[in-house]
Amino acid sequence: MSAALETRLLCKRFGALTVAENINFALEPGARHALIGPNGAGKTTFVNLLTGRLAPSSGQVMLAGEDITKVGAPGRVKRGLGRTFQINTLFRNMSVLDNVALGVAERTGVAMRFWRPAAKYSEVRDEALALLDSLGIADEARRNVADLPYGKQRLVEIAIALGLKPNVLLLDEPAAGVPTLESERILEALAKLPKEMAILIIEHDMDLVFRFASHITVLVQGAVLCEGTPTEIRADARVREVYLGERHG
Amino acid sequence: MQALLSQLVSVAFHGTAYGMVLYVISVGLSVTMGLMGFTNLAHGVFAMAGGYILTAFLSRLHVPFPLALVLAFVLVAAVSVLFERLLYSRLYGAAELEQVLFTIGLIFMSVAVARMIFGTLQMPVQLPDYLKGQFDLFGRNFPAYRMFLIVFSAGMIAALWFGVERTLWGAMVRAAVDNRAMAQSIGINTKRLFTITFAVGSGLAALGGALGADIIAIQPTYPFENLVYFLIVVSVGGLGSLRGPFIAALLIGIADTACKYWFPDVGSFFIYLATIAILLWRPAGLFGKRA
Amino acid sequence: MRHPVGYNANHRLRLTEYLPWVLAIATFFFLGDYLSLGARVLTYILFALSLDLIVGYAGIVTLGHAAFFGTGAYVAGVLSVKVGLTDPILQVLAGAAAAGVLGVITGAVVLRTRALTQLMLTLAVAALCFEVANKANSLTGGADGLSGVNVAPILGVFKFDMFGKTAYLWCLGLLFIGWFIVRRLVYSPFGASLTGIHQNSVRMQTIGAPVYTRLLMVYAFSAVIAGAAGVLLMQTSQFVGLNVLGFEPSGELLVMLTLGGVGRLYGAFVGPIVYLIAQDYLAKQFPEYWYFGIGLLLVLVVMFARGGVLGIIDAALARLRRKP
Repeated sequence: MSAALETRLLCKRFGALTVAENINFALEPGARHALIGPNGAGKTTFVNLLTGRLAPSSGQVMLAGEDITKVGAPGRVKRGLGRTFQINTLFRNMSVLDNVALGVAERTGVAMRFWRPAAKYSEVRDEALALLDSLGIADEARRNVADLPYGKQRLVEIAIALGLKPNVLLLDEPAAGVPTLESERILEALAKLPKEMAILIIEHDMDLVFRFASHITVLVQGAVLCEGTPTEIRADARVREVYLGERHG
Repeated sequence: MQALLSQLVSVAFHGTAYGMVLYVISVGLSVTMGLMGFTNLAHGVFAMAGGYILTAFLSRLHVPFPLALVLAFVLVAAVSVLFERLLYSRLYGAAELEQVLFTIGLIFMSVAVARMIFGTLQMPVQLPDYLKGQFDLFGRNFPAYRMFLIVFSAGMIAALWFGVERTLWGAMVRAAVDNRAMAQSIGINTKRLFTITFAVGSGLAALGGALGADIIAIQPTYPFENLVYFLIVVSVGGLGSLRGPFIAALLIGIADTACKYWFPDVGSFFIYLATIAILLWRPAGLFGKRA
Repeated sequence: MRHPVGYNANHRLRLTEYLPWVLAIATFFFLGDYLSLGARVLTYILFALSLDLIVGYAGIVTLGHAAFFGTGAYVAGVLSVKVGLTDPILQVLAGAAAAGVLGVITGAVVLRTRALTQLMLTLAVAALCFEVANKANSLTGGADGLSGVNVAPILGVFKFDMFGKTAYLWCLGLLFIGWFIVRRLVYSPFGASLTGIHQNSVRMQTIGAPVYTRLLMVYAFSAVIAGAAGVLLMQTSQFVGLNVLGFEPSGELLVMLTLGGVGRLYGAFVGPIVYLIAQDYLAKQFPEYWYFGIGLLLVLVVMFARGGVLGIIDAALARLRRKP
C-alpha cells in the first residue's frame, strides 16, 4: 500500500542557498502528521514544493504512487492534493457560502456552466453549506468574509480546501494569528475531518501539534532532523537543543 | 555600398536622438511606477507642459534657450509636487482601474487647457543660432541640434544614474522600489521620497518634452498620441529599472526610425509587433524585477 | 450594493430592470425626432455592456476595446462595399465573428501579462488596428473613411428609413439579445468564477480554476459583442470612419461606463445615456469646456463617487432605508 504523499530525495536550491536538502518524507493514508521546526527551517518552502508552486531542483514527489514531480499545481489539485494558506487568501468581498461554493463548482465542473443562474445549482450550495456546517460556521454563510473574525476566517480557509474533496490535505499554520479562545474551534474542526484523509499540518503551536498529531517530522535548515511519535520527539535531545532558543516555539 | 553605410549611420543617428528623448521622458514613469506602484498615464502631460513652456518662452518671451530649459524643468517639477500632494497621494493604495481612470481624467483636462491656451496647431521651436546648422558625416548632413540633443541627454542620463547609484536619495529609492514595506520600517520617509522622486521624474519628462520638441511634436493631443510609446518603453524595459528602459528606448527609437525610413507603408506596425513578441518572451520586460 | 452574483444571489428580474426597456419603447413613440441619437445611445449601451463584462466582472483593465468595435464595423462595411453583403443579419454575424477572432488572438497575448504591461498591450492592439485601417486605403478608405455602405431591408421587409425608426428598433432588438445573454452569463456559475478571478486570481488557481482559459473566453465573448455593436454603428450611419478605432473611443467608452457605474450591469445603460445626451447638447456649444468638464468629472468620480451614478443612487437608497 503506497503512501498517500511521498517525497524522495527532494532538493531545492536557489543558487548557493539550499532550502530543501534530500528530504525523504512519507504521509500515510489517514495520517495525522505534523511538520515542525524553527523559523526559517523551510517548512512553507516544503509545502510549496509539495503543491507544485515551486519546482524542485532534484528529487521526486509522489501522490498515491503516481510521480507528480512534473505536474503543475492545478493538476495536483485535480489529483486530490489540497492545501490551506498561512495567510488568509480568501475572496474577501464575497459571502462565506460563495467562497466555498466556488471550489465545489470547480471540482464538479459546474463552474463552466454559463446559462442557468448559479443559485439554481442547489447541489453546489447544499454541499457548501454541509461543509460549513461540519466546521460549525453554517450560520455565517451569508456574511461577507471580510466581516468575520479572524478565527472564523481561518475556518473558511479550511472549508474551501475541503470543498475540493482532497485525499491529502496540507494545512499551513491553521491556527496562526488566531486568539487562543478560537483556536479550540479549529482543533475541533480538525478532529472532525474524514478518517481516510491524510493530513499534514505545519504549526508553531506545540499544544495543537501534540494534541492533533500521531506522527511528527522535525525540519531544520531544509533537512529532516528526526521524526517519530509525539512522545519520541518530546524526549529527543536534538529537538530540545534546536528549540532551546525559542521558548515560545 | 557607401550609400547604404551613410543611410545606416543616418538611421542610427536620428534613431538614437529619438530614443534618448523617449528615455528621458519615460524614465520618470518607470521609477514612479516601480516606487509608488501608481499607474500614471498622465505622465505625458508633464512632457507636453515642458514642450509648451520652452516654445512659449522662446518665441513669445524671448528667453534665452538654457534659461528656458531650466525653467521648464523647475516649473513643471514644482507643479507636479502640487499635483502629487493634493491629488495623486490620495490614490496610492487604490485599484489599478481607479488610477487609470483618474489619470485619464487628468489627460482630458490638460488637453482641453492646452487647446484653449495654445490652439490646435503644432508649436514651432525657435532654436538659438548657435544650435542651428548642420555638420557633415559620411557625405550626409546632420542637424547640429540633434547632436546636441544626444550629448545633452547622455549627460542628464549619466547624472541621473550617478544620482541613483551614489547618493542617499538614490539608495532610498532603490530600497523602496525593492521592498516598500521594509523601507518604511527602517525609517525611510516614504511620503517625502515619493514627492521628491515624482518631482524629479516629472521635471525630467518636461526636459525631454522640451528638448525633443522637434522630434515629438508639441500639440494638445500629445499625451494621447505618445502614451503607447512611453508605456512600451517602460514595459519592455522593465518597471522600476533604470537601464532596462534605456535599452528599450534606444531599440524603439532606432527601429521606428528604420521602419519609417525603409518601409514607410508599414509605419509603426513593426514596433507594436516587436513589443508583443518581446513581452511574450519576457513578460516582465527585458530587465524586469519580478519574472 | 452591487448586484450580488453567486450561489445565493437572487437572479429574478427586479422591477427596476424593466425600466430601461419601458423608457426605450416610450422614446420610440414619443420622441420620434431623436431616434437617430437614440439608436446611437443603444449601440453604445451594447458596447458598454461588453466592456463592463471584462472590466467590471472579470477585472481586466483595457484601453483598447474599440479595436473590436472598429473591427466589427470595418469588416462588415468592407464586406458590404466590396463583396456586396448587404443583409443586415449576416453583416452583424460577420462583423461580430471577425471581432471574436481578433479577441481570441489578442487575448491570448494580452492575458498572459498583468497590470501596466497588460494595459499597454491593449493600447498597442488598438493602435495596431488603427494603423491597419489607416494604411489599407484601398479597402477601408483610409483617413476618408468607408462610404457607400449598403444595408438591405431586415428580413427583406423592414427598410432602413430616413427617420431612423427601423434603425432604432433594430438596435433595440440586438441590445435586448445582447443584454439577455450577458445577464445570464453574469448570474451563472461561470460568472461567479469570473468574480472570483477578479477578486483573487491566485486563489482561483489553487482551487483548480483554469484562470487564463476562463479570461480568454470572456475576453473573446466581449469582443464578439463589441464587434456586433460596431456593425450596428455602421448600419445606422451607413459609414465607417477612423474614429471607431484607437484610444479615443476606447477611453470615451471607459468614461461612459465609469459615470454609470462599473460592475453593476446597468451602469452600462446609465452611462452612455447620460454621456451621449449631455454631449449632444454641450459638446457642440462649448467643445473645449466639454472636454475639460469630462476630465474633471472623471477625477471627481474616482475620488468621491467610485460607483458612478448608480453608486450614488445605491448609497442614497441605503441611507433612506436606515432612517426609520
